[in-house]
Amino acid sequence: MSTNSLKVDIYMKLKEFDLDVDFNTKTRRLGILGPSGSGKSMTLKSIAGIVNPDEGFISLNIGGETIYYDSKSKTNLKPQKRNVGYLFQNYALFPNMTVEENIAVGLSSNNDDKRVSEMIKRFHLEGLESRYPRQLSGGQQQRVALARILAYSPDVILLDEPFSSMDTFLKEQLRIELGNLLNDFDGFSILVTHNRDEAFQFCDELIILDKGQIIAKGNTYEIFENPKKVEVARLTGCKNISKIEIIDDYHVKSLDWNLILEVSKKITSNITHIGIRAHDFVEAQKDDINVFDTNMSMKIEKPFEWEITLANGLWWECDKQIHDHDFKIPDYLKIDPKNIILLEE
Amino acid sequence: MTDWSPILISMKTASLSIFITFFLGLLVAWGIIKIKNDTIKSILDGIFTLPIILPPTVVGFFLLYIFGIRGPIGKFFIDYFTIKIAFSWTATVIAAVVMSFPLMYRSARGAFEQVDSNLLDAGRTLGMSEGKIFWKVLFANALPGIIGGGILAYARGLGEFGATAMLAGNIAGQTRTLPMAVYSEVAAGNMGEAFNYVIVIVIIAFIAIFVMDFVSIRKEKQWK
Repeated sequence: MSTNSLKVDIYMKLKEFDLDVDFNTKTRRLGILGPSGSGKSMTLKSIAGIVNPDEGFISLNIGGETIYYDSKSKTNLKPQKRNVGYLFQNYALFPNMTVEENIAVGLSSNNDDKRVSEMIKRFHLEGLESRYPRQLSGGQQQRVALARILAYSPDVILLDEPFSSMDTFLKEQLRIELGNLLNDFDGFSILVTHNRDEAFQFCDELIILDKGQIIAKGNTYEIFENPKKVEVARLTGCKNISKIEIIDDYHVKSLDWNLILEVSKKITSNITHIGIRAHDFVEAQKDDINVFDTNMSMKIEKPFEWEITLANGLWWECDKQIHDHDFKIPDYLKIDPKNIILLEE
Repeated sequence: MTDWSPILISMKTASLSIFITFFLGLLVAWGIIKIKNDTIKSILDGIFTLPIILPPTVVGFFLLYIFGIRGPIGKFFIDYFTIKIAFSWTATVIAAVVMSFPLMYRSARGAFEQVDSNLLDAGRTLGMSEGKIFWKVLFANALPGIIGGGILAYARGLGEFGATAMLAGNIAGQTRTLPMAVYSEVAAGNMGEAFNYVIVIVIIAFIAIFVMDFVSIRKEKQWK
């Protein structure tokens, strides 16, 4: 099991930028996080064989190595032969086929019926066998799409923004379902998303993609804790990012917020920005370190948190109970030096 | 006494030509949408659309040039098979196919392009063969549009006059189709005879459209 790996090293000229992605993962649950139009889907499609990169190498190693694509030896395995399941953003169910027919479509006719009914049961689709996709809810459609992929016993499952077109309630339900499914699945899965919550929840390892380049890769927790780069910080949901001027080894001047701040790690010369997560501010006394006053703040009430915009441009998010509607913004806030993230451009 | 042979000839011509046009149109449309080079694509598209833009007699002129006894293909068939194409029943079919082809091709292409390309890719990742993807996914989901094109092409083939006159002539009992017969009777001053043929054409046209529409609407309703 531990020797299983998926190796991807591809280059492709696109209209807006060049896609240049290189990774070799042994993690079963990998995520690709990036803004829209960063080349995430193209990477997935290359792995599936739906599009071909200009050059590179893609191989899957489960027990033995299967080369999907190799521009040097002119190998290009057809998508039909790669045994890769692809969950499309819109699910791509065949509108002219019933649920049953959709699930059976990729099977060779031998053990069809048994496998199909097994999948129908597993995905709780009983009673919907002869419905057409248009007669199903969004959640049911996703279950049919997953059943169709798993009926075919793929080695790799590729998930292309599976929740992007759903309302919040459905999304939360399906996230749990998909989470369970991926835990049970013993092949590789790659989830492509622009949503940090999904990346955090589903993926043990992350690749952060921006304009076709990998700007960070590694353990999900580590990337969220120490994003290192401005763009990574932004993608992992850091709301406060400022350009800085270095004062000494442990002090910086934030140019956007006009504050002098102390940090806990020694500042090296490559540091150009700092980041502060919106949840990390706490109430403070006037003479604490890294303190600032909250004059002229604005507050926005949300069901479970207050969103406070300070006069200097900082965002503060503060948890609250649903029945609290009053909130007095403390006179002073501070930020713990160890919660200031040092970033480079 | 009305001569009923034009009805038989027209039915035979329209049936065979729609059969050829239908599959040829599908095939060419599929080939065209697979071409990635835009320049080649639009040049070929122009050539395949030309017969409906040009006056039918001009198309007939070109056909006569190709299939006539001294034309490259006409000569080949005479030399090797002793078959004369021009001014035979085969010529009525060729004229009808060429004239109705653009309608079929353009409708099929439009209908194919409406089909979400993710569906085709999904079929591929699920291990479906390209042939199966064509019939079960692309064709099946484009069917309403394809049938629409089929109706237009059938009607065009049935009503074909100009190119048929050039390539097949107007030989009673051989190449005289219904539109030819209407023209001949009117030219000879037999308005009554012409009227009989007109009635027959109108009835056939109505039945064809009704049947094909019915099939496509039913199919569409089923999964919408």
